[in-house]
Parts: sequence; C-alpha cells; structure tokens
Amino acid sequence: MAGAGIELRKVTKRFATPKGGIYTAIRDLSMEVAPGEFCAVVGPTGCGKSTTLALVSGLERASAGEVLVSGQPVSGIPDGIGYVFQGDAVFPWKTVLGNVAAGPRYGGASTGDANKQAQQWIARVGLSGFEDRYPHQLSGGMRKRVGLAQSLINNPRILLMDEPFSALDVQTRTLMENELLALWAATSASVVFVTHDLEEAIALADRVVVMTAGPGTVKGTFAVDLPRPRNVAEIRFQPRFAQIYEAIWSQLRDEVLVSYERQKHAAAV
Amino acid sequence: MSAQGGAPPFDSVGTQDGATGALATPTAASASIDSELSARRAAAARRRRLVIYALRVAFTILWLGSWELSTRLNWVDPFFVGQPSGVVQRLWTWITEGTALGPLWLQAAVTMQEAVVGFLIGAALGVVFGILLGRIEVLAEVLSPFIKGANAIPRVVLGSLFAVMFGLSLWGKAATAVVLVFFVVFFNAFQGVREVDRNLIANARILGADNRRLTTEIIIPSAMTWILASLHISFGLAIVGAVVGELFGATAGLGQLIYNAGHTFDVNGVFAGMFVLAVLALIAEGLISALENRLIKWRPSRVSGEIPI
Ligand SMILES: Nc1ncnc2c1ncn2[C@@H]1O[C@H](COP(=O)(O)OP(=O)(O)OP(=O)(O)O)[C@@H](O)[C@H]1O
Ligand SMILES: [Mg+2]
Repeated sequence: MAGAGIELRKVTKRFATPKGGIYTAIRDLSMEVAPGEFCAVVGPTGCGKSTTLALVSGLERASAGEVLVSGQPVSGIPDGIGYVFQGDAVFPWKTVLGNVAAGPRYGGASTGDANKQAQQWIARVGLSGFEDRYPHQLSGGMRKRVGLAQSLINNPRILLMDEPFSALDVQTRTLMENELLALWAATSASVVFVTHDLEEAIALADRVVVMTAGPGTVKGTFAVDLPRPRNVAEIRFQPRFAQIYEAIWSQLRDEVLVSYERQKHAAAV
Repeated sequence: MSAQGGAPPFDSVGTQDGATGALATPTAASASIDSELSARRAAAARRRRLVIYALRVAFTILWLGSWELSTRLNWVDPFFVGQPSGVVQRLWTWITEGTALGPLWLQAAVTMQEAVVGFLIGAALGVVFGILLGRIEVLAEVLSPFIKGANAIPRVVLGSLFAVMFGLSLWGKAATAVVLVFFVVFFNAFQGVREVDRNLIANARILGADNRRLTTEIIIPSAMTWILASLHISFGLAIVGAVVGELFGATAGLGQLIYNAGHTFDVNGVFAGMFVLAVLALIAEGLISALENRLIKWRPSRVSGEIPI
C-alpha cells in the first residue's frame, strides 16, 4: 500500500496532572511527513515524542491545532495505522502465534489464514519455533520482536514506531534495522520513528526532526542525503554520516542539557 | 491441594534466543551437568514434600490427641466440646446406619446441590454485571450507591425472606447462596475490568479490534485473574448460604443435620457435620484450582517455594 502523508499544524497537547494542574507536553508543534517518507524524531527524554505519536494515531486528541492524516483531520484511529509501542503491549494471554495473528483476525481474516500469515512474520523476526510460547516465557528483546511482527503484519500505510529497537542487543538490532529498511522500501509506508539514538536515526531516516526539551516543539529538521539502499552496519563509516551527525548533535546537545539541568533542579527542590 | 506440585521449580525457558541461538550450541558435557542438576533438584523437592506431609500428620496427631486426652482426663467436659473419638463414631454410624434425616450421602448431595446451583447463578450474574458496569461508565455511576448499600447490609438475613418466598424447596437455599456469591464475584470482575492495562487496549484498537473483540479478547482474559481468585472465596460462601438457608427451614441437608444435632445437645454430631462440610469444600477448592490452572496457563508459574495453599 502506498504511504499517506501526515501533517501537524501548531499542535498543543495538555494533560491534567494528578494534583489538578495542567501540564503542557507539546506546544505549537508543526511538522510534516510526506507520503512514503521515513522520518526520525529525536529529543531529550520527556519532551513529548510519545505524545506526538499518540496524537497521530488518534489515541489522544490534540488540545489545540490540527492533526491531519492523508489530508483528513484525525478523529478516531485512521485506517492503515501501525503502532509499535514504547512499553510492552503484547497480550500476555496469547501465544506468540496468537499475538501476531491478532491483526489479520481483527481485520476479518479466518483463523487459518491469519495463522499462516503470522507464521511468515514470526520467521521474519527470527522467532520460528517459539510460536507456542507465552510472552512471559520470552526475553524482553523477543517480546519486542513479537510486537514488531504484530504491527507489521497489518501492512500499515503509516508506521509509528516508539523506540522499537531499544531493548535489543546490537547484532539483533542491526539485523532488524536492515529488515525494516527492506520492508519499508517494498511497501513505501510513511514511517515516524522515535529514538534516543541519533546514529540510528541518521542511519535509517530520510529526515531527522529534533525536538526541544518539554514542552516539546520542533527545534530543527535535517535532511539525510545518504544514498539508498543503505546497510545500517556500514553507513556509519561514511564521511557524510559524520558531518550530518555533527550538525544535528550540536542542536540536540543543547536541548539534552536543558532537560538534564531541569531534572536535576526538580530533583533538588 | 497443590495442583502444580509436581512441576519443577524452574523452567528451562528462554535459554536460547531465536536469532542468536544458533551461535551457542550446548555441548554434551553441559547437557549432562544440566540433567544431573535437574535430578538433584527433583530429589530435593521430593524430600521437602515428604517433610511437609510428615509435619501435617504430626500436627493432626497433636491437635486431635490433646483434644481427646483433655476430655478423657475430664479436664474439659466432652458434653460441651465433644470428643474426636465420639465424632469418628458418629460419622461411622451416619455412614453405616444413616442419619435421622436419611442416608448421609443424600444430605451431602442436597447441600452441595443447593450450593452449586447458587454458586453458578451468583458467579454468572456477578461476572456479567461486573463486566457490564466496568465497561459502561454511566451505568456504574448510576448504580454504585445501590450496589454499595446492598453490599453493606448483612445479606444472610435474606435467607428468612427466601424461605418464605420459596418454601422448603431448593431455591430458597440457592437464592441465599446467590446473594452471598454475587457481590464477591461482581466486585472482583468490576475491578478486573477497571485494571486492564491501557497499553493493551490501545494496542488492540490500533490492530483493528472492534468493541466486541475488545471485550472478549482483551477485557475478559485480563479480568479473568481477578474473577477466578474470587471464585475460591465465593464457593465457601455458597456453602455458607446453603447451610444458613437450611437453618431457616429444610427437610434435608447437612445444615439441617447440624441444626438438629445442636438442638439435641449432640456436640459430636455438630462436629461430624462440620467435618463433612469441610471435606466437600476442600474438594470443590481443588476443582476450582484445577480450573484456574487450565484457564490461565499463560501466567508465569508461581515462585518456587511459595506455599501451595
Ligand atoms: N497521560 C498523561 N498525563 C499527564 N502527563 C503526561 C501524560 N502522558 C505524558 N505526560 C507528560 O508529558 C510529557 C511528555 O511525555 P512523552 O511520553 O511524550 O515523552 P517522551 O518524549 O516520549 O519521553 P521518553 O523519551 O522518555 O519516552 C512528560 O513530561 C510526561 O510526564
Ligand atoms: Mg516516549
């Protein structure tokens, strides 16, 4: 399926805090993801990256501003959305097979068809032979891969990924990153990829968006003009990679410092 | 009692990662060490079980022995506190010659029938209403003062009302059991629905689950842990309901048997009736545990060393 565009126009999201106050998680955030584009989002912890994804997915509503998917204002969950959550979101009472087959079944496929599809995806994320295991019998990284297969099997037009690889060991991570790039090239879905790892962001994305310390807004956008197809393991050694890294890091560093100082201050009070 | 007593304390699960597992092929030497370790572990577990059973027997002997002895020596009057040998004798006569109300098994069957019918109806209603109110917020808000009020009154007194409504039939006792069981299961089911992980609901919605699927595939399995936990307590309550119902008027049943024994100052008869009830309750408890283990086999097995109660 072809990708769909995403547009956020001056979006603000406020949360009610437990003490009855109001916390602004993101303020006047504007960004755009073109159809089929791979966009990475980096920013200090707590700056509103997950919140931004929740707004695009329709799970949360914007307090002000507009969120558009394929040109339509988001109300409810848009069609063709895939979401790899930051936290564990696999269903503990379903086996690996049941978890991965859930999407097609909800979409109306018969259990047999869904299971057949799921088998392929389980193989793709390297979990063949673990179909009958329950999530509590898997390692954290394996659970993460189940979550990945669970989202990707639905063949999303828009793929929202919230630090999907942060729990994986370096080798598996590189494998999965390359696999993701291959998949994305084949489906041309639009991807919003949140990560803490600037190297990962540059290696994967067409564009890197840097967010400010909370309340989050866009600090800068950087095009990554590295050639494709890329091999994640090797691209880091290109001179151009280092230049891009330098440019983005000089901006990101300031925000990380601001966020760090603030947290230190908050802890001291 | 311990439904999973035979299970080894550790699973050999997750030792090989799918993607990297091929790199680490276990050698023959490490395999033999593994099997030796697991054999030693099994032996230790067996020894421990044996010790536990021995201690249980010792406790029973101490308890019944001191009871028997203190009544034999007339430190306490067996007329008021009964006597283990008397209880055994009474049980034996009940089994061989039948009770004043008829054969013992019939009394047990009558009470269990009342308890089981009440339990099934009460639990089913509790689950349905718990899930309904848990899912539909308005309903919960409107009905909450009524439910809390109904829960606050001592509901066993309703037994007398049911005796009037249903006469001497099974339904008066079953209804008493229903009102006792319902609230426990209801509150647990309701809480279980409320406690469902938000992340899981979000994930299911993104994956395309409609409301019906959300309820059957996410909400109910998640709440099942709570519901099954409540069934353990509530079967005991169902027996209480049946027995109390029989006190308000019955022609048969263990409650009636105990009531009659009490009225004729037959303390041993009271204890004998209680013993039969306890045995039946333990059997039911075992069945519920078995059901629980079947229904939530997805849960991590209990921590080794935990007491299997
Ligand atoms: N439901 C909520 N209620 C109140 N505050 C919230 C809620 N969700 C998020 N926040 C706040 O909004 C801010 C942004 O949260 P968010 O999860 O988007 O951060 P993040 O950028 O994803 O951080 P991290 O990189 O650590 O995952 C945080 O300060 C958080 O405390
Ligand atoms: Mg986050």
